[in-house]
Amino acid sequence: MPPLQHIIDDIGFDRMISRLAHEILERNHGSAGLVVIGLRTRGEFVARRLAQRITDIEQTVLPVGVLDVTLYRDDVRQHLRQPEVHASSIPFDISDMHIILVDDVLFTGRTVRSALDALIDFGRPKTIQLAVLVDRGHRELPIRADFTGKTIPTTRGQEIRVKLREVDGEDGIDLISTE
Amino acid sequence: MSQLSTNHLLGLDGVPREDIELILNSTDTFLEVLERPVKKVPTLQGKTVVNLFFENSTRTRISFELAERRLSADVVNFSASTSSVSKGETLLDTARNIEAMKVDMVVMRHAAAGACEFLRTRCTSRFINAGDGSHEHPTQALLDMYTIRKSLGTLEGVNVCIIGDIAHSRVALSNIFGLVTMGANVAVCGPPSLMPRHIEKLGARVFTNVDEALGWCDAINVLRIQLERQAGASFPSLREYRNTFGITVERLDGLAKPVLVLHPGPINRGVEIDSEVADGAAAVILPQVTNGVAVRMAVLYLLGTKTE
Repeated sequence: MPPLQHIIDDIGFDRMISRLAHEILERNHGSAGLVVIGLRTRGEFVARRLAQRITDIEQTVLPVGVLDVTLYRDDVRQHLRQPEVHASSIPFDISDMHIILVDDVLFTGRTVRSALDALIDFGRPKTIQLAVLVDRGHRELPIRADFTGKTIPTTRGQEIRVKLREVDGEDGIDLISTE
Repeated sequence: MSQLSTNHLLGLDGVPREDIELILNSTDTFLEVLERPVKKVPTLQGKTVVNLFFENSTRTRISFELAERRLSADVVNFSASTSSVSKGETLLDTARNIEAMKVDMVVMRHAAAGACEFLRTRCTSRFINAGDGSHEHPTQALLDMYTIRKSLGTLEGVNVCIIGDIAHSRVALSNIFGLVTMGANVAVCGPPSLMPRHIEKLGARVFTNVDEALGWCDAINVLRIQLERQAGASFPSLREYRNTFGITVERLDGLAKPVLVLHPGPINRGVEIDSEVADGAAAVILPQVTNGVAVRMAVLYLLGTKTE
């Protein structure tokens, strides 16, 4: 197997964002009460894309926030790693809102677990729904995504790289074997 | 870089610029946490921090305690006046006994310079110096630097003057070390009787005329005249001190450019600074207090979660 496989190109990526936006609107019967919160760093850009696409469809502007979950991570508390912390930015009240929590890749579920703890500290949302571009399996917690761009079965030694225009200059999803 | 190079914060002397930048950058995050409805994060859950205060302190101890609790650490407070220190126990015995109760971090204030360093080399916990004699008070200097950076946008090339009793001030010393490392231009100003000899060797310029100092700088850090330490020996009277070195409205009004006013507190109104200045638009004295909690959260986070 080659070390790098292109799973999705920029056109497929764009279609994926459109489909996720439509699914979110369908499930929530429109965009009323919706807010989009991305997990730093890549989830933030995906969240902005999704919000923009929903605006294109519905002609309404959704509040977009950014969440940094470093302070809530269990691996930080156990001295396993120490990433640099960045501020969260949720400049609106999330109480009684429907939150679309956005990340690029869903893996063990631990980041999402931290994010749920963090969000509850900001208020009491009506619902929290999880949207991810890629679900690569290997969950360690009972967490699943409500909206999934693509499910890609992986081994632990593989890596999913979501490329974004804002960071990498192009959109796409690659599967990388590091073994 | 996301880790400090050191396991303890004893002072700012010799602390590399990257470490100071990491602490100041992380402080932004914790300031944001303090704006939330729930001002608490679970980061130091299961860690125990002892506040070992051999010298009286209200604001520093409360600031540290709030920072510790907001990171979900378990907090134990120790003050010398109510402990077996008054029964004659040595510093080392006190520290070792507390450490035997399995604590992770020690925040310490002591009247003797070097007390924190002394215990650090003989104990296993991570130490944060909350003031040792006239030596250093690193978290105060970090919060002062953070406040200046937040107000003026940078520390690089900023002219900062520390005014008052330089000789007895751990705040002054830590500020000089930190500011010089961060590329600021530092000056000190005060009565010659309260000016340590050779202070310029630390990279600080010396002013004896406060109006000249004010004309030079972008920010002033006004130190408290420690009435309990003076007993009238270093200058003739408080009124004369105010007339010669006090930061008054008239002095600030005569300046060509505005000056940011800091004060580590507690304030002697009408001595080193006038009420109109302390409560005025140029003062960032209360933001300093808020930033102090965030800076201490950043230091506790970076030391408390640091991998070996």
